[in-house]
Amino acid sequence: MNFEHTDDRRMLVDTLHRFVREKYNFAERQRIAASAQGSSREMWRRLAELGAIGALFPEASGGFGGGGFDIAVVFEAMGRGLVLEPLTGALMAGQALASVGTAAARTLLEELIAGQTIVLLAFEEAGSSADPARIATRAERATDGWRLAGTKAVVHQAQQADAFVVAARTGGPAGSGQGLSLFLVRAGTPGLRLRTYPMIDGGRGAELTFEDLALPASALLGVPGEAFATIERAVGCGLLALSAESLGAMDIAKQATLEYLRTRRQFGVPIGSFQALQHRMVDLLLEIEQARSAVINAAAALEAAREVRERALAAAKVTVGRAGALVAEECIQMHGGIGMTWELPLAHYAKRLVMIDHELGDEDYHLARFIALDPGIGAAAANPSHGPTP
Amino acid sequence: MDLRFTAEEEDFHQQVRSFLEQKLPARLAEKVRREKRLVRADLVQWHEILHARGWLANHWPQQYGGPGWSPVQRFIFENECALAYAPRIVPFGVNMLGPVLIKFGTPEQKRYWLPRILDGSDWWCQGYSEPGAGSDLAGLKMSAVRDGDHYVVNGQKTWTTLGQYANRIFCLVRTDRDAKKQEGISFLLIDMASPGVQVRPIITLDGEHEVNEVFFTDVRVPVQNLVGEENRGWTCAKYLLTYERTNIAGIGFSLVAFDQLRQVAARQLRNGRPLAQDPLFAARMARVQIDLENMKTTNLRVLAAASGGGAPGAESSMLKIRGTVIRQEISSLYRRAMGIHARPFVDEALEEGFEGPWVGPEEAAAAARHYFNYRKLSIFGGSNEIQKNIIAKMILDL
Repeated sequence: MNFEHTDDRRMLVDTLHRFVREKYNFAERQRIAASAQGSSREMWRRLAELGAIGALFPEASGGFGGGGFDIAVVFEAMGRGLVLEPLTGALMAGQALASVGTAAARTLLEELIAGQTIVLLAFEEAGSSADPARIATRAERATDGWRLAGTKAVVHQAQQADAFVVAARTGGPAGSGQGLSLFLVRAGTPGLRLRTYPMIDGGRGAELTFEDLALPASALLGVPGEAFATIERAVGCGLLALSAESLGAMDIAKQATLEYLRTRRQFGVPIGSFQALQHRMVDLLLEIEQARSAVINAAAALEAAREVRERALAAAKVTVGRAGALVAEECIQMHGGIGMTWELPLAHYAKRLVMIDHELGDEDYHLARFIALDPGIGAAAANPSHGPTP
Repeated sequence: MDLRFTAEEEDFHQQVRSFLEQKLPARLAEKVRREKRLVRADLVQWHEILHARGWLANHWPQQYGGPGWSPVQRFIFENECALAYAPRIVPFGVNMLGPVLIKFGTPEQKRYWLPRILDGSDWWCQGYSEPGAGSDLAGLKMSAVRDGDHYVVNGQKTWTTLGQYANRIFCLVRTDRDAKKQEGISFLLIDMASPGVQVRPIITLDGEHEVNEVFFTDVRVPVQNLVGEENRGWTCAKYLLTYERTNIAGIGFSLVAFDQLRQVAARQLRNGRPLAQDPLFAARMARVQIDLENMKTTNLRVLAAASGGGAPGAESSMLKIRGTVIRQEISSLYRRAMGIHARPFVDEALEEGFEGPWVGPEEAAAAARHYFNYRKLSIFGGSNEIQKNIIAKMILDL
């Protein structure tokens, strides 16, 4: 039993934390958030140079990490800085590319790791939440390749992407995990429409609409109709990333609130001397430490058998869903009026913490999934894609 | 980063398992598993078995008859014991007084008292709380006045767990009324058979006799029974309250209780299907299971820090709060799972040998009793509110 990171990973942590503190400070983050693009290609390249992207992938895929704890430490650092660049989407897209194994996919992944290109997974839909079985975007075979039709919802920083890995149904009944396929769609392809908008937690997002979009046969990634396991694995990495990001953001929110409790005076004393606030702060500390353990459990289970892995990931998302919202709400409350202001960094941490529960399935979704994946209970589960591999 | 135990720890794990398979009497495990009432002889029998193996005082260093285990080994041992339905070790002599004597006792005191704890000659109980001194323990009033070679003790202790079985009590007493309240306290060992000691039962809300009041009227205690210096007893008291509380979360108890909850939820019906498949009940179970899995890792993190030389201080307060809340939540779900049959209060159902007829499912006999009994978990050993005060001060620096 050992809760220490390897020297290499500790160095990466130090590097990323320093980068976030010095180069990606709050003023810089707000400047990027308010920019037309909502994220920065320059920052993306610097993150790549520091190894933040390479750490997410194993050596066989051109990276130098790829383990659960590599992913966790990178995203914990991103959470501490409220980093806007779309690392989660790139992590998930890269996982899909790595699983394909073609030369073209490998080249694209190398460019992604080098920071030269941005590829994002376009997965969630208005009606699907995080459940691959609910994907309604369809791809039909055509004489010269494929025709893609449907809409992907809230793709973070989509306007920055050079390409998307799109999950679509090529067969199988609606609501099943069978008949799912992955396609590579380059930005600017005719028939791809982006409706972009700002996001409440910073940066920009977009609805991606495919209007009978024509794709060459080479756009298909992997075996048609058999992408469920790849999607689940990629989304699993995304769940770990979001959970770790939440943990990093919670640590900063806690620290900011503690400092406020020590310095803000009312009734002639620091408000941190009031037991009502002390106990609430202790409750937050306990929740955050439980969340840290949940992230460790999920990271440790990333290479485990499916049921163990998916349950640990669901447990982590449930934990940060609950804890993140609690930390956000309580930290605003303990700051009082100032906590309501745009000016205060904490307010932006709070928004991010709450909005993480709106990505890749919320607390309720993952609680249901945790139950359905329980071998003792899940047999009667209503949703087949929650249960045994379809 | 590696959550697995080392090869040596896994070997130890196996040793503990095979010891429990061979030496834990089936009768005792059956009583614990079926939630029967344990009597003094049951507890004594288990102590003797552990003592014969040298594992009773698992906090003690080897030179005093302990096994010299690491915090991780103790965690493994306590979890395996819980999972095997072993009775609990009565902590007062072995886990509380023993370490205080080892730290603060004279060579004579150690030589005399420690072996008597191990071989069962003495059953100790704890004289800390008083009617006017609960969370504010240092406000205690029981007085000890020096008279030649003796202290003369007058006052009252309360919440004395299993005091009805004990022949000895270690007490915090006031030896200086004029000093600041923490500075006039001494740590005294008292023979319960002394003239002037009277034990009265307190029946708790579950109908059980677990705790007592102990009254002291002009009780004469030899001065050699003072542990540590006169008026320095608070140091002993604090040491005892923070000593090696790395297993205070009771993970093993929660794991085994959750397992029993799952079994019951698979059998009990609600709306014509097993409770485990009722979405609302399943959600409650899943939440506590997730909390427990997280807690297990939190506990291992504290253990790893302790093994690395970091003394677990206020971290044990974190384990205490969350661990007790989880245990209480599981007992609450267990009670809920019994539905209408949580209410019958059939005393003989808890006796060894009672095989029915049951009122409702067998598990219902103890479910509500244990739920109410476990309200104590967040009150004793420093209430969870006191633990929060400690964390706010020691960890959050507020």
